[in-house]
Amino acid sequence: MDRSKYIPVLVLTAVVISVQAITAAMGKGFYLTQLTMSAYYSLLIVGLCLLMGYAGQISLGHAGFFAIGGYISAFLTTFDLTPYQTGRLVSFRADTGLLQARQDLYGGHLLTLHPWSACLLAVLVAVTIASVIGGPVLKLKGHYLAMAPLGFGIIVYAIVLATPLFGEADGLSDVPPFELLPGLSISGKLSLRVQNYYIAWVLVIATIILLQNLVHSRVGRALRSIHGAEDAANAMGVDTAQYKLKTFVLSAAFAAIAGVCLTHYNGGIGPSEASIMKSVRYVAIVAIGGMANLWGALVMGSLLNFFSLRGYFGSFDDAVFGTILIVIMLFSPEGLLRMEIVRALSGLFRRGSAEEEAS
Amino acid sequence: MSLLNVEGLSRNFGGLRAVSNVSFAVREGSIKALIGPNGAGKTTLFNLVSGFLPPDNGTVSFNGEPVQGLKPFQIAAKGISRTFQHIRLFPKMSALENVMIGRHLHGRSGFLAGMLSLPWTRAEENRIRDTSMEILGFLGIAGLAEADAVSLSYGQQRTVELARALAGEPRLLMLDEPAAGLNMRETAAMARLIEKIRDAGVTVLVVEHDMGLVMNISDEILVLSYGEKIADDMPLAIQKNSEVIRVYLGEEESA
Repeated sequence: MDRSKYIPVLVLTAVVISVQAITAAMGKGFYLTQLTMSAYYSLLIVGLCLLMGYAGQISLGHAGFFAIGGYISAFLTTFDLTPYQTGRLVSFRADTGLLQARQDLYGGHLLTLHPWSACLLAVLVAVTIASVIGGPVLKLKGHYLAMAPLGFGIIVYAIVLATPLFGEADGLSDVPPFELLPGLSISGKLSLRVQNYYIAWVLVIATIILLQNLVHSRVGRALRSIHGAEDAANAMGVDTAQYKLKTFVLSAAFAAIAGVCLTHYNGGIGPSEASIMKSVRYVAIVAIGGMANLWGALVMGSLLNFFSLRGYFGSFDDAVFGTILIVIMLFSPEGLLRMEIVRALSGLFRRGSAEEEAS
Repeated sequence: MSLLNVEGLSRNFGGLRAVSNVSFAVREGSIKALIGPNGAGKTTLFNLVSGFLPPDNGTVSFNGEPVQGLKPFQIAAKGISRTFQHIRLFPKMSALENVMIGRHLHGRSGFLAGMLSLPWTRAEENRIRDTSMEILGFLGIAGLAEADAVSLSYGQQRTVELARALAGEPRLLMLDEPAAGLNMRETAAMARLIEKIRDAGVTVLVVEHDMGLVMNISDEILVLSYGEKIADDMPLAIQKNSEVIRVYLGEEESA
């Protein structure tokens, strides 16, 4: 039983490799760009799935954490430190390799923070903010719990839209590639498209292995008990407030990492990434994936984001996700993958075999 | 020596004095019952002791240590475990998983260890599973381990809840109406289980309406009425106590 949970991981790995091979064979390599982007969104979505499906909390503000990650890393890797070069803080960082010198679009000299240190700072900020707001927010229940992170998301959106340093409505651009290891960079460069597709999906596979282990562990069981009957969980010695907070912070960290990676991949980030409709979209995807179903969230997240990024939904993009949320809540709160289709399919097979027996 | 000592415990809800200046002790290794008419404050008293409600006044000391005002999970960590009047099993989990939650305090793997699935975490998980199976066996329901807990019969659910509360290896087990909704045969079985638990060294504090059960198994009985203690004695003495009879049966009309 312990081994069998890795079968989906192997299937996913096989699918990732075959999709790349097929697109290469068909000369449709451009699909990989959107597949890479949806992989990064999936990082956020599986983290949110842990929070919503397992710990039973809801957050309509995760686009805020995504934006915090993206914007901070974008800002720190584009803000020129040359004028401050002589300052003690900057020169110290240069000595320790925390800075990166490069050329901007016009060939000018640029001295910025290295993407690694920017990334760590960005995630640290997101985690700190999540810890601070998570305490009071997670005490709320029901509608109020849904609304508080929504307010947080609105604040983040307002801030990035109104701050000149964050580029206001234009967002930030000219974000450099993120050199993870020598020769391995998150970058939107055409020549690195295949490499980036694999980087993104390896991150997704690693994340889903970690989260899958977690939900099958003592902590995962405690989270499900909080979801099921919080009072009883508390009486069994589960520090419910702390577990909810840690899960919230963990999911915020995944959202921030997703924001950092996608920003480096796209070479920039705009305020739409912080918008409420993005948060609604993530919640809708977790819901359609079946709430307490990491794999459902992953499958739905990759597919729907891919369709959306390919423009299949046209200008109805946000409306599609809003509709999905309503329809799922009304007709199949257990998600699309979990109950209805599986039951319908197994029903079909059962009827088939029953007829065979009858004949 | 008494394991639990309650002194002058009070709790008001608005103008209602739900529990008023109640003091009592529970002797280690005994079964103490808490009885009283509906609305006497039994469940409130239970919630005060188990940390679900903070008291307005008074102290609760467990094993010589003050525990009033602590959160339920902290009180559980001290060695007090409870069940609920309305069964609160965890849905979408097997009976075994429910009991494994009850052993939460006996594990220590956190988020990081869980995500990395470290060898010691897996070993700990196996230990939790094995001990939980033993506890199901101790209560005679090992066969239900893999069943969906919420789909079990009412009596079976009560037993699973009992197993879950025992899984933490508490020193004091608090049972809130363990026989509610059970038929006569199931009630008798429950009585035997509670005695078996006491004989295994666990002190028991039980709220119960079923007088037969209470008189059979209790070493001592505490009677509450309108939030106040009116008697605290051995079962035989309680049966003869005129105040208790008056509270339960009403006053004889003197006209």
